[in-house]
Amino acid sequence: MVLNSKAPEGPLAEKWDKHKFNVKLVNPANKRKYDVIVVGTGLAGAAAAASLAELGYNVKAFTYHDSPRRAHSIAAQGGINAAKNYQNDGDSVFRLFYDTIKGGDYRAREANVYRLAQVSVSIIDQCVAQGVPFAREYGGLLANRSFGGAQVSRTFYARGQTGQQLLLGAYSALSRQIAYGKVKMYTRSELLDVVVVDGQARGIVTRNLITGEVQTHAGHAVVLATGGYGNVFYLSTNAMYCNASAAWRAHKKGAYFANPCFTQIHPTCIPVSGEYQSKLTLMSESLRNDGRVWVPKTKEIAERVRSGELKPQDIQEDDRDYFLERKYPAFGNLVPRDVASRNAKQMCDEGKGVGSTGLAVYLDFADVIKRTSAEAVSQKYGNLFEMYQKITDENPYERPMRIYPAVHYTMGGLWVDYNLQTTIPGLYATGECNFSDHGANRLGASALMQGLADGYFVIPATIGDQLAATPPKPVTTDHPAFAEAKAGVQARVEQLLSIKGNRTPDEFHKKLGNLMWEYCGMARNAEGLRYAKAEIAKLRKEFWQDVKVVGSGEEMNQALEKAGRVADFLELGELMVDDALDRNESCGGHFREEYATEEGEALRRDDEYAYVAAWEYMGDNQPERLNKEELVFENVKLTQRSYK
Amino acid sequence: MAGSNPNAKPMNLTLKVWRQPNRQTEGQIVDYKVNDISPDMSFLEMLDVLNEDLLRKGQDPVAFDHDCREGICGSCDLFINGRSHGPEKGTTTCQLHMRKFSDGDTITIEPWRANAFPVNKDLSVDRSAFDRIIQAGGYVSVNTGGTPDGNEIPIPKEISDRAFEAATCIGCGACVAACKNASAMLFVSAKVSQLALLPQGQVERETRVENMVAQMDIEGFGACTNIGSCAAECPVGISLENIAILNREFLTAKATSNHLA
Repeated sequence: MVLNSKAPEGPLAEKWDKHKFNVKLVNPANKRKYDVIVVGTGLAGAAAAASLAELGYNVKAFTYHDSPRRAHSIAAQGGINAAKNYQNDGDSVFRLFYDTIKGGDYRAREANVYRLAQVSVSIIDQCVAQGVPFAREYGGLLANRSFGGAQVSRTFYARGQTGQQLLLGAYSALSRQIAYGKVKMYTRSELLDVVVVDGQARGIVTRNLITGEVQTHAGHAVVLATGGYGNVFYLSTNAMYCNASAAWRAHKKGAYFANPCFTQIHPTCIPVSGEYQSKLTLMSESLRNDGRVWVPKTKEIAERVRSGELKPQDIQEDDRDYFLERKYPAFGNLVPRDVASRNAKQMCDEGKGVGSTGLAVYLDFADVIKRTSAEAVSQKYGNLFEMYQKITDENPYERPMRIYPAVHYTMGGLWVDYNLQTTIPGLYATGECNFSDHGANRLGASALMQGLADGYFVIPATIGDQLAATPPKPVTTDHPAFAEAKAGVQARVEQLLSIKGNRTPDEFHKKLGNLMWEYCGMARNAEGLRYAKAEIAKLRKEFWQDVKVVGSGEEMNQALEKAGRVADFLELGELMVDDALDRNESCGGHFREEYATEEGEALRRDDEYAYVAAWEYMGDNQPERLNKEELVFENVKLTQRSYK
Repeated sequence: MAGSNPNAKPMNLTLKVWRQPNRQTEGQIVDYKVNDISPDMSFLEMLDVLNEDLLRKGQDPVAFDHDCREGICGSCDLFINGRSHGPEKGTTTCQLHMRKFSDGDTITIEPWRANAFPVNKDLSVDRSAFDRIIQAGGYVSVNTGGTPDGNEIPIPKEISDRAFEAATCIGCGACVAACKNASAMLFVSAKVSQLALLPQGQVERETRVENMVAQMDIEGFGACTNIGSCAAECPVGISLENIAILNREFLTAKATSNHLA
């Protein structure tokens, strides 16, 4: 299949306006004749559901949480970018576009990224009007801060809880539409399949997580806003329930999955403390503005630190290696996430890691405390220091923080065209669950921007194009495709319950996570990837023979939920490995050891790999087919990133 | 397994856990032993250990709500030794760590107890009443698009900061569980205050407070008797001052409007 992005022709700055004029419109009186299903109620989903309902569509919204206020968008700390240029520091829509394309290592689609930068300014206006309490200056105007990968201050924030405040804004807009009866809200409902009728997405199958009831729901269009798949790695900064099942079910029904190997490893997370670890906690990127990253200079000193014999604050300056400052004098501790992460791993691989596991480096605030004061540091980072102390029982004012990289975000996702439509007509993907805007690496404060751009401004404009071509006749769940999909879901539930094996879903998940982290994590090579592929296939086979789930499908059964999600992770994991094997280059979060410069930096190969890899499902246990969307760059010059 | 503190000794604990198969069936406290618990584990990781053990033995794991495990999503909601989110002040259950307990301790774990929060199963309760209260008016009625430039609504920093403090409520329900009347006043007041303080919230100021309070009563939450245990147990420090603001807003609305009987 030839992948047509349907990005409009013409100058970059005019594409979105031109496109909005050219898409078909649904007559206001007809909008109420269309039902739109929105799955997920994070930033993208809640914004889309509210905005579509405001336009007059009948919306059915679904979340597996007990309330639409709990999606993991809520945990985003740092902020949201917007090209407002309120600071008079030279920002513009084009600069935000350029930074995002470059930060993504030139693996994103120009037209989408430019549109993102354009609508970013409206997002801030929308959120302010909703009553989102952004940080302000004493004059009463909005405050900004700077963030990684940018040389301007364009990040809007609400202390360290920007995601929470933006999500509660979208949740309030959604709540208002629920009260008006324009959105029917289904909580504790997990999507387990997408229903396709005559090549068109026509509905979904869900399981009620309290009663176990399997239900079918019909709509003229289905919008997925179901987040990323970072939990393939078991340990990540994602929430415990975050999973890939909605996207993966859609993929198996015909939606191509794009760039699955593009995963972001965030450099500053609290390290793993033991086998029991269930998730990892991020320490905001902003800490690298003032903290200095270092390890002991030699393995011997590191060994004495690990055994507890030596305290980090007692190590002399000469015995420390501030490796980011040493290797990247121009950017120092502020190199982008992928570079900082890889270097921390390299130090630990060389035996210089600290902490009892040896898998940590120091992030030290002693200098800034000496230069200013502990109080000044507390004003800036107090809540983060407190969280760190709660988790580790160590005081970061006195002892350097221990940090280590962790999986944080997935740039890959369902392939979508300029309308955010997947390769299944009538099925859309928004927010982190699509692949579209961040290329091979996402810049800080850009995830919130993309989720809200898609939900508030893009989908409401583009969805009409498909709906206007669909007759406004009621859709029902009478078609046999619904019964078939429902039976498939029920059979899978029964199968999981009937295996009665010896290993829990978590045991399989941990094992998969270890494989992915070891061989498809911060650094990858062909040999390791091939090994992982074979091991994952083996593990998947064992899963279907030996997984243990007790109880029934007709009740609240969290182990059963988990088993279903792990089953999908086991399939997606293999595709991620396939994708990493196909991409014989290094770019952004995808670092192939075979493709590095002499200094060990990522070596991109634009002549061969400037494409989006969109994988097509070909049936159980069949290799997936690779489709390519060539990326054309008309407005930026491709350069090798350098932070020396 | 050694954690950040190599000298930390593993603990053996007795858990008294509320087990209830579903809303229709009566529940009871069941005793469990968990061994070799690292002080560096979070409370929920300790429950993970229990659940993995139960599952391996072929027994039904304990159902409980949780998600972000970073203290922000508001999903986790355990009543630990008679306190919302356990013994540590200003902390959600997911951020509570086992180093706050000692070897040999007996820990009682119950769900939130309130008529308006019926039990789903074991420790999981239905908090949809909170959503319905927000649906009754916890928003500014603006559609997407057509809003003025963000800087056209200047807001004094002190006002904005106070609104932010109120807006940090995570909707967990600890306030209701801590209150002897199972009152939702702290939750409702946080949203009412946030929007009453901000210029964006002025247009609907009176109808909002009336409708939200009316819905709170419909849901069966108790009355507020100004004891303050809600604010004392709130994991994110929502201030009791918000209840004073709510009372003032409500009285003003009632005195000047005839929206509701």
